[in-house]
Amino acid sequence: MESSKLKREKDSQISDELNELRMESSELKKAKDSPISDESYRRSSFPDEVLERVISLLNSHRDRSSVSLVCKDWYNMERWSRTHVFIGNCYSVSPEIVARRFPKIRSVTLKGKPRFSDFNLVPQNWGADVHAWLVVFAAKYPFLEELRLKRMTISDASLEFLASSFPNFKALSLLSCDGFSTNGLAAIATHCKNLTELDIQENDIDDKGGGWLSCFPESFTSLEVLNFANVTSDINFDALERLIGRCKSMRVLKVNRSVSLEQLQRLLANAPQLTELGTGSFSQELTPRQYEDLESVFNNCKNIHTLSGLWEVKGLYLPALYPVSTHLTFLNLSYAVLQSDELAKLLVHCPQLKRLWVLDTVEDKGLEAVGSNCPLLEELRVFPADPFDEEIVYGVTEAGFVAVSYGCPRLHYVLYFCRQMTNAGVATVVRNCPDFTHFRLCIMTPGQPDYLTNEPMDEAFGAVVKTCRKLQRLSVSGYLTDLTFEYIGRYAKNLETLSVAFAGSSDWGMQCVLAGCPKLRKLEIRDCPFGNAALLSGLEKYESMRSLWMSACNVTMNGCRLLAREMPRLNVEVMKEEGSDDDGRADKVYVYRSIAGRRRDAPSSVLTL
Amino acid sequence: MSPPLLGVEEEGQSNISSPSVDCISQNGLGLKERNYLGLSDCSSVDSSGVSLPEENKSNLNLKATELRLGLPGSQSPEREPELCLLNSGKLDEKPLFPLLPSKDGICSSSQKSVVSGNKRGFSDTMDGFSEVKGSVYGEKNWMFHGADSDSESPQAVGHGKYPGNSGVNVMLSARPSGAQASVKKDGPPNALQERPCATTGTNLKQTGISNNNSSVPAAKAQVVGWPPIRSFRTKTLATSSKNNDEVDGKPGPGALFVKVSMAGAPYLRKVDLRTYSTYRELSSALEKMFSCFTLGQCGSHGAPGKEILSESKLKDLLHGSEYVLTYEDKDGDWMLVGDVPWEMFIETCKRLKIMKSSDAIGLAPRATEKSKIVN
Repeated sequence: MESSKLKREKDSQISDELNELRMESSELKKAKDSPISDESYRRSSFPDEVLERVISLLNSHRDRSSVSLVCKDWYNMERWSRTHVFIGNCYSVSPEIVARRFPKIRSVTLKGKPRFSDFNLVPQNWGADVHAWLVVFAAKYPFLEELRLKRMTISDASLEFLASSFPNFKALSLLSCDGFSTNGLAAIATHCKNLTELDIQENDIDDKGGGWLSCFPESFTSLEVLNFANVTSDINFDALERLIGRCKSMRVLKVNRSVSLEQLQRLLANAPQLTELGTGSFSQELTPRQYEDLESVFNNCKNIHTLSGLWEVKGLYLPALYPVSTHLTFLNLSYAVLQSDELAKLLVHCPQLKRLWVLDTVEDKGLEAVGSNCPLLEELRVFPADPFDEEIVYGVTEAGFVAVSYGCPRLHYVLYFCRQMTNAGVATVVRNCPDFTHFRLCIMTPGQPDYLTNEPMDEAFGAVVKTCRKLQRLSVSGYLTDLTFEYIGRYAKNLETLSVAFAGSSDWGMQCVLAGCPKLRKLEIRDCPFGNAALLSGLEKYESMRSLWMSACNVTMNGCRLLAREMPRLNVEVMKEEGSDDDGRADKVYVYRSIAGRRRDAPSSVLTL
Repeated sequence: MSPPLLGVEEEGQSNISSPSVDCISQNGLGLKERNYLGLSDCSSVDSSGVSLPEENKSNLNLKATELRLGLPGSQSPEREPELCLLNSGKLDEKPLFPLLPSKDGICSSSQKSVVSGNKRGFSDTMDGFSEVKGSVYGEKNWMFHGADSDSESPQAVGHGKYPGNSGVNVMLSARPSGAQASVKKDGPPNALQERPCATTGTNLKQTGISNNNSSVPAAKAQVVGWPPIRSFRTKTLATSSKNNDEVDGKPGPGALFVKVSMAGAPYLRKVDLRTYSTYRELSSALEKMFSCFTLGQCGSHGAPGKEILSESKLKDLLHGSEYVLTYEDKDGDWMLVGDVPWEMFIETCKRLKIMKSSDAIGLAPRATEKSKIVN
């Protein structure tokens, strides 16, 4: 697995080469325009075939976008060679426009609802239904192979349509989607004869039972990736066992918690080639013999580098994982309730770990163990086990965060939910780990200051943006004044995504960000004192961004109307709360650029201005 | 129980927003509130921190600690700074602070820009310290720095308020050097006041959590979509706990989370009973979890340099006469752990509590003789 750092270097290498190509091309153009040039000069330097070949090797959609902007020839060459299209906002473009520009697409990634819909801030029937896209794809891309959806609505009927319209269909990935039930999955299993990937993650599924898994025909052997960890009802284990047995190319298997340890052992015995494993429940009563079998089957799985699941984990059985843990690069314990000593014991055996997700039940002590045992760590996510239970107050603090930073200098991605933090702690962390690209800190009490000094957390985030020059994504929390946003605007020159909640003192804060962050693409704000002045200060900016979300701020309908009027290429949508009086305040505002015009499927609670 | 102001005697704290800063135990036990100061074991933190609420603050807080039957949010503004002390978090008070009635009271006092719609969930938490059931009066402050004083820094009021999970944190933020805090008084509240008011309507939605309506009491004021955790994750982790409430009396196949509290400890833990198969396993896990409290240490929070006490010393304590492990069964009765077969135990246990033996008298006929925890 290539480290993301390596990938970034490679990408930037390609970008550099592109820039060179671009410069050359523009020079060539100038040469052409000058009286001295001639046709032969242009052609001989750079044959089209070579150019096509080079362009076809490009994978990054951003690089491809850059390429397509160079000139008409390049635009055409790029569009004919593109096989994968990434659409970050399904309403920014229409399926017809996509199909017209890119005739040869085999793989589509589509994202729909604003991110805050994950937290129930977006009404249920808001939109982002994929069906219209599928209809166009069926007509224009009958050879479609892959569909990856995030925060889209997809019905069972759509899944059936998908299953029957694309004979070559290979990979389906649904993350944070809704609108479908296990019947839709059954349709996929039944009809997609060439399916290699079925990845169902964290969706809002109407779970009607596990019978869908039994729908894979006995003749079906092509599955390589199967992730049904979050489809909770019991499946027919025999059907699963047979499926795994005949799919010899299976490399990723993530089962749900209905699969017991003993059953897991049987599955693994037949699939030692797995590279990614998500276990089921990890707490069955095992006889010593069964435990030995489990240990030995793990011993045979030499290729597993990613491990997850571990629902209801019994600490006593974790040692069975030791043979596998030495090779692990990604360990996802975010559903495993572990105490600090249990984690510590396990981590001793995970020296290669690059990504770790845990629950805060491991506490600071557990994080100290992370710092001591995982020097290669690049990503850490700490989720709260009981975020809403006011009786439960333990968790992780700045101490754990600091401990990790001392031991893991390569850390560049963090998502940290805590109940207390200090400016000094964060400053220390970024001093130890200056390479952060993603810094998401969630102090769970809104507006909470540094608990030691009682000061705002401004200096913490100031330290982050001053030190971490490569920062792309930032989520702030705690008690913050406009100073935080001044810092962000002044220093965060590579920032692309910013999430703000319960922070800021005035419009000035938001204005600083809009004026200062040249690469900003997504800005999501909730419960902040930013009003129309702030909203309107970003007029030109929004066209260079994917979207802006503002909820529970001080923006009014008039402000939004003004924005909509001034910027016709933006869609300005306002979501009204049920039963709220029309007092001029705009509760939830979602602004995004679009070449498809206003959408026609908005529900009545959404007004497009 | 010293402070006369705290009518915290029995569990009938029904309509008392008792600032009983000194009452630690999570209720529902029907046990007498223990005086925080009676926590002789906890030497670590400043006793100054501990006694804070009582001595230092007594004069300051008399007002705050007055028995008030009304919803705290409906108080006059000057009361606000002192609201932080109300934070004593009586869990039982939850039903008393239904969102609807409180919305009006809460917003008015401190918000300049009160919008009739009261739309923003957040400011419920901001002003209405009312909802903060800092229960775990975890004034963890005793665990931290000798923050002393009385700082009822209004900042605490403003900021820490998300009652969801951290009344404690609010208190924490109130702690640090009082002097500074009072100086800062002006800043934050102003900032806060610009914030829009809460919408109870919004609050009540609680969609992410309402799916299970198990772990979250409906009346708790909660900010929609905060903390920002995907509903899927919330549902999944909550589902585990919900299994305890199976109607037919049998727990589901999933995890069996029960809360464990300990007399004198500032906060609760949760354990999954399914991951243990004997009383012994459970007992040793609990010993590990609570070792720091019993022996007066305060764990990892803000206490660098403290030694980790040996488990064996703790075991002695637990197996000695000082503590017993008790549980609340489905009928709400408190029993001594160890009397029934393990399987039966996990089916009926709803909650665990480590009590001092002296408090366990009367729980079961042989409670006093049976001071050992495990079978």
